[in-house]
Amino acid sequence: MNLYKLLKLALLLPLALLLSGCQLILLDPAGWVANQERDLLIASTVLMLVIIVPVLVLAVYIPWRYRDSRKTTDDYDPEFEHSSLFEAFIWGVPVMIIIALGALTWIYTHRLDPYKPLDHIAGEPLEIDVVSLDWKWLFIYPEQDMAVVNQLVIPTDRPVNLKLTSSSVMNTFFVPALAGMIYTMAGMETKLHLVAEEAGQYYGRSANYSGPGYAHMDFETFAVSEDEFSNWVSTVKTSSNTLSDEAYLELSKPTVADGVSYYNGVADKLFDKIVGLCVEPGKVCIGEMMMQDMMGGGGLQGVKTKDSYLYDEFPPGEGFDQHEFDGVLHANPDEPRSGPVNVKNPDQTVTHIPGDDSASNASEPVRH
Amino acid sequence: MRSEIWNIIFGKLSWDDIPYDVLILDVTFAAVVIAALTIFGLITYHRKWGYLWSEWFTSVDHKKIGIMYIVLALVMLFRGFTDAFMMRTQQAIAAGGAQGYLPPHHFDQIFTAHGTVMIFFFAMAFLVGVMNVAMPLQIGARDVAFPWLNNFSFWMTVSGAILLNVSLFIGLLGRTGWLAMPPLSGIAYSPDVGVDYYIWSLQIAGIGTTLSGVNMIATILKMRAPGMTMMRMPVFTWTTLAANVLIVAAFPVLTATLAMLALDRYLGMHFFTNDMGGNPMLYVNLIWIWGHPEVYILILPCFGIFSEVVATFSGKPLFGYRSMVYATSCILVLSFIVWLHHFFTMGSGASVNTFFGIATMIIAVPTGAKIFNWLFTMYRGRIRFETPMYWTVGFLITFTIGGMTGVMLAVPPADFQLHNSLFLIAHFHNVIIGGVVFGLMAGYTYWWPKVFGFMLDDKWGRRSFWCWCIGFYVAFMPLYVLGLMGVTRRLQSYTDVGWQIYFIIACIGMLIIGAGIASTVIQLVVSIKNRDKLKCGPDPWNGRTLEWATLSPIPAYNFPQDIVVTGRDAWWQMKKQGFKWSTDYQPIHMPKNTWAGIVPAFFALALGFALVWHIWWLAIVSFLAAIGTIIYHTFDFDRDYYIPAEVVASDQEKAKEAYA
Repeated sequence: MNLYKLLKLALLLPLALLLSGCQLILLDPAGWVANQERDLLIASTVLMLVIIVPVLVLAVYIPWRYRDSRKTTDDYDPEFEHSSLFEAFIWGVPVMIIIALGALTWIYTHRLDPYKPLDHIAGEPLEIDVVSLDWKWLFIYPEQDMAVVNQLVIPTDRPVNLKLTSSSVMNTFFVPALAGMIYTMAGMETKLHLVAEEAGQYYGRSANYSGPGYAHMDFETFAVSEDEFSNWVSTVKTSSNTLSDEAYLELSKPTVADGVSYYNGVADKLFDKIVGLCVEPGKVCIGEMMMQDMMGGGGLQGVKTKDSYLYDEFPPGEGFDQHEFDGVLHANPDEPRSGPVNVKNPDQTVTHIPGDDSASNASEPVRH
Repeated sequence: MRSEIWNIIFGKLSWDDIPYDVLILDVTFAAVVIAALTIFGLITYHRKWGYLWSEWFTSVDHKKIGIMYIVLALVMLFRGFTDAFMMRTQQAIAAGGAQGYLPPHHFDQIFTAHGTVMIFFFAMAFLVGVMNVAMPLQIGARDVAFPWLNNFSFWMTVSGAILLNVSLFIGLLGRTGWLAMPPLSGIAYSPDVGVDYYIWSLQIAGIGTTLSGVNMIATILKMRAPGMTMMRMPVFTWTTLAANVLIVAAFPVLTATLAMLALDRYLGMHFFTNDMGGNPMLYVNLIWIWGHPEVYILILPCFGIFSEVVATFSGKPLFGYRSMVYATSCILVLSFIVWLHHFFTMGSGASVNTFFGIATMIIAVPTGAKIFNWLFTMYRGRIRFETPMYWTVGFLITFTIGGMTGVMLAVPPADFQLHNSLFLIAHFHNVIIGGVVFGLMAGYTYWWPKVFGFMLDDKWGRRSFWCWCIGFYVAFMPLYVLGLMGVTRRLQSYTDVGWQIYFIIACIGMLIIGAGIASTVIQLVVSIKNRDKLKCGPDPWNGRTLEWATLSPIPAYNFPQDIVVTGRDAWWQMKKQGFKWSTDYQPIHMPKNTWAGIVPAFFALALGFALVWHIWWLAIVSFLAAIGTIIYHTFDFDRDYYIPAEVVASDQEKAKEAYA
């Protein structure tokens, strides 16, 4: 273990130098999960360097050493094509390294299974339901009965249990400072568990290409103290908007480069209905459809009720075929960002969380 | 202005589908038209149409078909590189709120086109070309097992390539990425014809690739010279066999997957939709069950090329031939059980992820063994640093680094962070440029004098190597760094100006690679101009395998007499035993040229275009015509002829004089 720590240190030193210049957030993350992933990345790299470095040296040395133009070619052996010793070495050493790496993989893959709750972290877990919309992120806080678009605020040192889905196409939820990514898929629910151990402002985005608004499908993640989190929750709760089924359907229409918006109050079981593709009135939820299928399906009667099972459809001009998206981006370019996207806040000073951008809340003081 | 009659005649096609409002496309279109008119004009002026038709387009000669594949590949490299140029320049400027010069609508088509063109129409076409040229010669055959099929396969590949490129000027290409993942590629989220272009061009080209795979396997299994047992085959032939087994096993999966996607889009079925019980994850699994073996289809023959090059230029037999063959076979089998590593992040359980992660790492063992085999082949050799050797040493270093980052990605929890990031992009360009492109360039330089009878210019060859090699590192090392900064792929623009400098460096690297491509073109021109000075004998590299036994340029019948193989490195042994062709020539039985490859492939192109635009009458007519011409061809019994013994004898005499 000591040797391992030493190796880690030896590798981290040059990296630390690099870090001062740029933000390699994967190597300097802010939560247990991402930290473990970083350790594994470095450990596996070091393990491989055991064989990679000699190979690289040989790949330069051997061609140079045995060049035709060398002074004496006495050691030229035109028949040399087999050596059991060499063969044992070239198969044996990689096998041993892969065995070690395989063991490491087994341990870490089970430890870092994104579906596994972070039971070893003290503190009450915070539940958040995540929906990827076109092209924005919806975060539903069921315990707080509120929802936020394009902003994720979590308390530090408390496990966060995410349930994720998508309203249409696939995306991945990715906050590199906190944990690896996980896909969001319509009609399905995935899970991710993470924790922020260092306060700060972290970059999050979709990492799976999902259409014209993809590049702008990012959000700020704020990891703040418990007090600040409570303050923020009460700010959100002052919003006059509620996320009813109708409000959700309106929100889920494709838009590009939206700001932050807050909702106080979320329709009952909204997330389950989103996963079931049945927020729209008159639609049959996926779970129910599966049950009907198990019982033999609807038969010919099903043809008549087909509409209530359809989901993937847009009225013409409202879907992904809107060329106007290009115009929107040129009209409202993103604000240039002066600082880096990931900013740690080790002193836990008060974080400025920008508020609701939407027009209906214009009277609210927007903190910048 | 769309009447019923218009709809019947032109389907969905209308004037609005011509993207004349995009300046870049207008300029491209003008350039393509001028280039095409110039080429057509020159051919007509020099009255070369008849020559092209009878000597090339209808030829069943595996060498000529191979050359035509490589010409197609080089044209497609130009297309794919132009896409790379636009992506790199866009990302170099679209930082901190700036939108660059490519809106998402255009940018997203470009990265889709780049991947599709480079994999299917550059790398695949080049590889099949090299296999066509070298493999039958290496086993001492006169042609491939099914000469007509070979010609047909080539023209189907061309049809697929043309259809994909038509999308530039009529309609658009899918904005989905090169694997067209649903639900994004479904009709609800991609309602235009872009994905249809993708589907049909790959289906048409895929038929060609699959049939070519069947052809190559049959050739290797049935047409080896007497005495050439499996364990005496050159390693390039072995890897060609392995790659074609993979093609025959994997490409039907692609065909079926795309067929299901087409059914979803055309007939309202629900294989991969979100609703009605469809499941997009099914597509992701299926496409990677094809996609992962595809990676090895690309790299295995290149491993073969390096094996030939290293042995020849070290003046030694390949070290560990047996372990090379077993390593190839291991990779062949393992490549089918690792597909899930492309989506560790889709929520599979820890045990499933572990299985696929470790299976992936295991592939590193036979691959590592190969690297050592090449190194030990050089050990105690006399290494001549000709251009192919430059590519090989560049490969050994670059590919080793790419292999290491690949194993990093194979560790599931590490992949959670690196998946879909620029680290991934850097990794697969590291192995595809460092492995496949370097391999193809080595093979191109190595076998060129065999095919044409003169050498390629050294100086420009080396310049090309240095530009590609340095360009690769400058272009992709910054992407590794960006990946560690959490930057994801396919971003049309980004907010953090701190990332910009890395994108600018990558852009410079892309330009250096561009200089490498330009050097290859200049090399070609210079070499053809100086072909008399660069003239060489049949065995300029002091080769070891059978292709160096015959004349350069190679006569249509390949070898004047049947060869009996007595061991591995057959030509080396023959040379040691002082082999000479006897003067007792026999008439040689050869296949005749055929029009029945290019004609049905042309109908297939029309069929693809008709299906894209829902022009049903044309679809029916061209489908029947394609099938009809092939059936008609089966009644053509006049397919072979004999080359008289006198012609063979005079070829040998002429060659003797020429070399003297």
